[in-house]
Amino acid sequence: MPLGVHIKENPTAFHRFESVWTPTALVLDENGKERHRIEGYLPKDEFAAQLLLGLARVAFMQKKWADSEKLYDEILQKYPNSEAAPESAYWKAVSRYKGTKDHTVLGEVQKTLQQKYPNSIWTQKAIPWAD
Amino acid sequence: MAVSWNKDIDAALSQAKEKHKPVLVDFSAAPA
Repeated sequence: MPLGVHIKENPTAFHRFESVWTPTALVLDENGKERHRIEGYLPKDEFAAQLLLGLARVAFMQKKWADSEKLYDEILQKYPNSEAAPESAYWKAVSRYKGTKDHTVLGEVQKTLQQKYPNSIWTQKAIPWAD
Repeated sequence: MAVSWNKDIDAALSQAKEKHKPVLVDFSAAPA
């Protein structure tokens, strides 16, 4: 459901969501709750990856683990070199764990993150999962 | 593919709830 708001035409909406800069894009769930925020310009692929992160977060917060895992995987498949990729790997593993209670997936993704994205903050976040 | 942007925030939120769909809000200051 795309909603376009020009801040000069609708400043109330701009402030309603506590926006402070343009461009800003928000992904809201069906109840209007903000699940993801993108502030500032991004190249096309980075923006697309961020939108998918938002949709994955919506599914995750609805505890639709299979759906969120699939969306995070889509980011990894389509945008493996994006800034969103290591975050997606992290949350894909968490989605799998939440859905299956198989904790081995966390140790596996820690190794993958270390190998593919050694400088990412998400790799550091996964350190406790190392075997 | 052209995107059909809704301009009415309350209408968009209402439709999202009804159709169980997420909402993408794009705040812009760019000239139309």
